[in-house]
Amino acid sequence: MLLIKNGRVLDPATNTDEVRDVLLHGELISGVGANLSGDGAEIFDASGMIVAPGFIDLHCHLREPGQELSETIETGTRSAARGGFTAVCCMPNTQPVNDNASVTRGIVERAAASGSVRVWPIGAASMGSKGEALAEIAAMKAAGIVAVSDDGKPVANSRLMRQVMDYCDSLGLPVIDHCEDASLFAGGVMREGLQSLKLGLKGIPAQCESICVGRDVAVAQLTGARLHIAHMSTRGSLDYVRWAKKQGLRVTCEVTPHHFTLTDEDVRYDTRYKMNPPLASREDRDALIEGLADGSIDAIATDHAPHHAASKDVEFDRAPFGITGFETALALGLTELVIEGRVSLMRLVELFTTGPARVLGMERKLSPGQPADVTIFSTEHEWTYNAADSPSKSRNTPFDGRSFRGAPMATIVAGRVVYRR
Amino acid sequence: MRVVEKRQLLSAEQINRSLQRLSHEIVEKSAGANEIGLIGIRRRGVYLAERLAGHIRAFSQAEVPVGILDITLYRDDLSTIGPQPVVQSTEIDFPVDGRDLVIIDDVLYTGRTIRAAMNGLFDLGRPKRVRLCVLIDRGHRELPIEATFIGRSVETSDTEIVEVRLSEVDGEERVVLVDRVD
Amino acid sequence: MLQRLPHLLGIEDLNREQITFILDQAKPFQEFQRYPLKKLATLRGKTVAIAFFEPSTRTRISFATAAARLGADTMAFQAESSSLKKGESLVDTVRTLEAMRPDGMVMRHSSSGAPEFVASRLDIPVLNAGDGTHEHPTQGLLDALTIRDRKGKLDGWNVTILGDILHSRVARSNIHLLSKFGARITLCGPAMWVPRELENLAPNLRRSLHVEEALDGADVVMVLRVQTERLHEPALAPEEYIQGYQLTAERLRLAREDAIVLHPGPMNRGLEIESAVADGEQSAVLEQVTNGLAIRMALLYHLVGAAAVDAPHPAKERTNASD
Repeated sequence: MLLIKNGRVLDPATNTDEVRDVLLHGELISGVGANLSGDGAEIFDASGMIVAPGFIDLHCHLREPGQELSETIETGTRSAARGGFTAVCCMPNTQPVNDNASVTRGIVERAAASGSVRVWPIGAASMGSKGEALAEIAAMKAAGIVAVSDDGKPVANSRLMRQVMDYCDSLGLPVIDHCEDASLFAGGVMREGLQSLKLGLKGIPAQCESICVGRDVAVAQLTGARLHIAHMSTRGSLDYVRWAKKQGLRVTCEVTPHHFTLTDEDVRYDTRYKMNPPLASREDRDALIEGLADGSIDAIATDHAPHHAASKDVEFDRAPFGITGFETALALGLTELVIEGRVSLMRLVELFTTGPARVLGMERKLSPGQPADVTIFSTEHEWTYNAADSPSKSRNTPFDGRSFRGAPMATIVAGRVVYRR
Repeated sequence: MRVVEKRQLLSAEQINRSLQRLSHEIVEKSAGANEIGLIGIRRRGVYLAERLAGHIRAFSQAEVPVGILDITLYRDDLSTIGPQPVVQSTEIDFPVDGRDLVIIDDVLYTGRTIRAAMNGLFDLGRPKRVRLCVLIDRGHRELPIEATFIGRSVETSDTEIVEVRLSEVDGEERVVLVDRVD
Repeated sequence: MLQRLPHLLGIEDLNREQITFILDQAKPFQEFQRYPLKKLATLRGKTVAIAFFEPSTRTRISFATAAARLGADTMAFQAESSSLKKGESLVDTVRTLEAMRPDGMVMRHSSSGAPEFVASRLDIPVLNAGDGTHEHPTQGLLDALTIRDRKGKLDGWNVTILGDILHSRVARSNIHLLSKFGARITLCGPAMWVPRELENLAPNLRRSLHVEEALDGADVVMVLRVQTERLHEPALAPEEYIQGYQLTAERLRLAREDAIVLHPGPMNRGLEIESAVADGEQSAVLEQVTNGLAIRMALLYHLVGAAAVDAPHPAKERTNASD
């Protein structure tokens, strides 16, 4: 039994913002109220801290199976726990691609054996994510996937996308798309704009993403299925999503912390600023922040993409895309959004909890009978992020050495404290 | 580096008389004023060369050409730390081949400057003859180099410095012996 | 001042004074090219690594000659014959070169930012001989020297740059340099090679898609190579380019009478430039080549010649060396 005392409970599902105690028994929440007591319970003093439902990361890369040099389920989930995440959805672009039940089971088993937090795999949409034939989605669903995606690439063929959406809808799974038009992407390495011109780096126009978002929205309209836009980064894409929501389509979207923090102006030749979608213009970044505030954007997701040091220690053109993100996500949300007054604290918690939960078709709240997944954080604690201290195997982050006010303080998964600062 | 003046070696009057004498000597000891070329080593050698040419013009009506030689690229004594000295132009508008050249410098000391100057001249062509004219010879040669035309010979010690000050660049006309004080 | 510059990676970060200093220092080296005996001992004992990860003959030879004339030895490294093809990373290649202890490195690479990447890992000066589509600083400098010599000064000219601006590092270096000297620059070429965003690269920059308008009143016309070897791009048929943008003698007449024509070379005669113009009186192409040598000698002299700041301090030398 674990009794979390005197924390400020922020529970978006019940619109609670009160100082309350939370009692955990076994793997479930057994009580939320004032002045609770639990005989023999271990006490966690959460005075001065926020107590929220356990955070969910809709988008990350754990690199296992096949790319364990950069990360494993064990190291990745330990990093996720340090970031306050109680559950992470890992993308299928592993080696082999998670396009069948046996790979899915393998991931689930590894997670049970060595994971610090819940791991909910996302299965591929097409075999090998080649964009040709449907993957074994139903079998994977039985093995435990929570969504479907060919992340790393879009499902480019519209006819196939339609089939994927129809099929997944019948199985109750959302389709997550990495939106990109290959011909406009054409070897680009950063956002096309004045900065890319100055640096002499091949640019990717913003419309490379939004063209595909528009197409996806149209197919969602055709099928009525659940569509979720991964790592959305431009105002153009957001406009399409807003339109879709107005039409009553079941379209949702996520934004990464680096996309609401950095812009293309931050790119020089440091490969820790190279990711896909690339850092966008200031206008895009500001539009995303507005969308986070007004509810058009449903979730914050990290797209944690570890790459071992040697692979990133090359010329900008040749470096792989991606940065890590578990451990700085909340801090960036607090610093860039809440402290700046753009977004309320409750809304931020939503973006990490009920928002992602809704995308997955589940609930997330601090009520008796719910899973004992709790994220406890401080809005005051000052700290400096030092990538070398991270349990992740990779250090590819532009936020190394950055100071923050606000940090995850404890992460509780199924009643167990998996991280404590 | 701080310096303290010890004594004056030449006054303005004495500088002028030396140059007058040297200009006569140069013409006397040459086959003819028209074969001579004066090569002034930057910076002060240039002004001295121009003055010598002026004197020669005055008493013999001969126009002796003056060339400017920058020896920066030929020096062997550049300090091994810090930035490179700024290179200036060498401006010698007359052909060096077959010419009877006189190098003009203010002070002859170790001889390294003159060695560098000769390297520079020989990159430009093959002079018939090269001789040296200096205002002050202060001894302490480190190379087998001698001046044919000398304004004044002075005995100095290692810590002393001979400063030739010319109105074109220093605002006064005198040669002084100074001591280095660290 | 330049003399404290550890590397030469681009023009964007140089100021007027530094650029003027380099141009002034190139003068004695220009004269030097006319000496019968072109061999100095100034950099004797120094080794310059010439690391070209992208094919080039002219620039490579120019740098190698500059080093040799200063008395330095060179270490030549060419990508075609290198282990880079065998998958050796840039970091390892550079470390291997460094282990042979050169005193400076001249580098050309197809990735923008590669010289900066290398410079941050080495203790020796790095000179950028062209990186991707980012900068080609020595070209910018030699172009400026050519303009200054031909036109008497560098400030305030109307400069038209003609061709594939988007993919040209030469154009970028020139834009950065000339804009610091008050030039009014017109960028002209086919629409997909002159994006509107370029106008924000520097002050007093405008874009024109019509060669007649762009050449009107120009004092300097810079013609860029049509690069047939750039990939990822649908090509423009040569006839289209010729019709729209070739610098012909007739079009050149729209510029000022005393306008000069520059080209970074090598020229595609009959494509971006008419032979008559390339060989005409207004063409400064050959001077560009000579000036390239002078600029590169001046840069090697100052960057490679200057010793490390923490080298042991010699006994204070005797003065009375002529100053």
